[in-house]
Amino acid sequence: MTTKSQALVNWIDERFPLTSSIKGHLTEYYAPKNFNFWYFFGSLALLVLVIQIVTGIFLVMHYKPDGTLNSAGIPVAFASVEYIMREVPGGWLIRYLHSTGASAFFVVVYLHMFRGLLYGSYRKPRELIWIFGTLIFLVLMAEAFMGYLLPWGQMSFWGAQVIINLFSAIPLIGPDLALMIRGDYVIGDATLNRFFAFHVIAVPLILIGLVAAHIIALHEVGSNNPDGVEIKKKKDANGIPLDGIPFHPYYTVKDIVGVVGFLILFSAVVFFWPEGGGYFLEYNNFIPADPLTTPLHIAPVWYFTPFYSVLRAVTYPLFGIDAKFWGVVAMGASVVIIAFLPWLDRSPAKSIRYKGPIFKAALVVFIISFFILGYLGVLPPTPMRTLVAQICSVLYFAFFLLMPWYSKLDKCKPEPDRVNFK
Amino acid sequence: MTMNVFKTLKRFAAVLLFVPSLALAAGAAVHLDRAPVSTDPAALQHGAKLFVNYCMGCHSASFMRYNMMNSIGLTDQQIRDNLMFTGERVGDLMKISMRPSESKVWFGKAPPDLTLIARQRASGDGSGADWLYTYLRQFYRDDQRPTGWNNVVFANVGMPHVLWELQGEQVAKVTENADGTKSFELSLASPGTLSVEEFDKAVADLVSYLVWLGEPVAEKRKTIGVFVLLFLAGLFVLSYALKKNYWRDIH
Repeated sequence: MTTKSQALVNWIDERFPLTSSIKGHLTEYYAPKNFNFWYFFGSLALLVLVIQIVTGIFLVMHYKPDGTLNSAGIPVAFASVEYIMREVPGGWLIRYLHSTGASAFFVVVYLHMFRGLLYGSYRKPRELIWIFGTLIFLVLMAEAFMGYLLPWGQMSFWGAQVIINLFSAIPLIGPDLALMIRGDYVIGDATLNRFFAFHVIAVPLILIGLVAAHIIALHEVGSNNPDGVEIKKKKDANGIPLDGIPFHPYYTVKDIVGVVGFLILFSAVVFFWPEGGGYFLEYNNFIPADPLTTPLHIAPVWYFTPFYSVLRAVTYPLFGIDAKFWGVVAMGASVVIIAFLPWLDRSPAKSIRYKGPIFKAALVVFIISFFILGYLGVLPPTPMRTLVAQICSVLYFAFFLLMPWYSKLDKCKPEPDRVNFK
Repeated sequence: MTMNVFKTLKRFAAVLLFVPSLALAAGAAVHLDRAPVSTDPAALQHGAKLFVNYCMGCHSASFMRYNMMNSIGLTDQQIRDNLMFTGERVGDLMKISMRPSESKVWFGKAPPDLTLIARQRASGDGSGADWLYTYLRQFYRDDQRPTGWNNVVFANVGMPHVLWELQGEQVAKVTENADGTKSFELSLASPGTLSVEEFDKAVADLVSYLVWLGEPVAEKRKTIGVFVLLFLAGLFVLSYALKKNYWRDIH
């Protein structure tokens, strides 16, 4: 570095921790060298967040959160989305990036969470990282739900109708709470405007704060790895973990490969399959919202369907309160229970590589139940499907609630001292 | 404990086998003909002509401007001379003068805006184009209906058969199936000005136009997509080589 630029860096360092932050989080932040494929999804989630924020900013420049009808009898909000698709230069690309980004976000986050399950990333000392992560997931669901109302299509409208009505099932405060969320007795312009405010400002702020907390907590304790071994236990004379390598340049160059690989798949969808077979952009959502015409079948977007299935699986009223309320409770519990994993898992080994057959079987059953719940969530209910959803919901909760016992019983293999690296 | 796990797994597998049959039970049996969708400018222009002549009496395309048809090979002058009849400007939206509030009284339901119809009508049964192609060719005479027409894919539709002069009049032989559904056998009672093949071709052109109308940028999107993917493929090779090079000394 030239003396002049070094002088500038010194000047900044005396006033702001520039060099020490770069060292602490990049060049001298030591990550285990044995990360595999599953470790791409954290950085990819960050990438998708950036894509959503940047495309979102440009969409807000042209989108109008207005539920009133224009002269052709079309809601202004709906028409403004089509205006973006047709008349704003490059608008179609920005919109498809945003709509595909929503689905990609959940794909990436689900895979990121699954990685945590596989390698016990939630175990001590990473409980707070995991709790922040669960909160991110919860907030992300709120963000996606509110964003989905904005195009003001039939599915936007009726999906919001179904979900907001759930709140009215809460005893005593329910109807008033639903009224407060809608801002009106029916979903209308007031609802659209407040969802817009939440989707564009309030929830993203919370999301970014939580992501920061997630990463700060991670950099405090260091990453887990596919072997579940703490690399900080074995250090060299300089105090550097023997199995650790500096995040930059090693993982920055590696994550670039992941980013490009992801962008290939992402672009394939954006440019050749933006509707995602009716799952990324639902066909019914190309019809403007019509409060007088209920669609035959209202299905939430694919990433909500496993939890929606849990909700519908509860069909028994309890303590004189409507089954719908208990469905809401079950759905909420099915997300919140994820946060308790650090205290539910009692197995001596962290990673699936050294865990025993019972945990492996439980994980397989859990994942299959999750997929079946997701699949049933897109279909209209029948008695048979409800029964299957009930069985899968029980299995879903059993994975968590029985974990303290089966994880303790399991025969684990001994964990190695050092990580495996080909 | 392990025994129980396997028992549960076995039960679970049994349930799993049921799931596909549930999916099959969900599919309603609507047969849709495959629409021969074209992106050929001549077909799209013919479709545009049919659209403004036969559809725009009642249906708007209010998200489109007339001069967006430049991209299917029409000049502003050609659009003005052939596709505009009531003194609009070429930059105007393709709106109609019929008000939704009035048409709702006349037809029972306001005729929908058609800009996005090809995207709206897609379903598990087929693409939106398939639905439109089948729908527009399967009107039949029905004296029970106020318009005198009914439709196989869209029972008791409010819309009359606007293309009847071209297609002629079809009559239906309806048979009730054991499961309560109906089967239709259509036959041409009196021919129209076009032969069956010519009419099918005309409807295919109209449907192609509606598909284009639903997403005018679709072809451009795919063209750009090819370049984007080629660029990313090159970048992938480079980034992989970079990673390999940096990681040489990690053992």
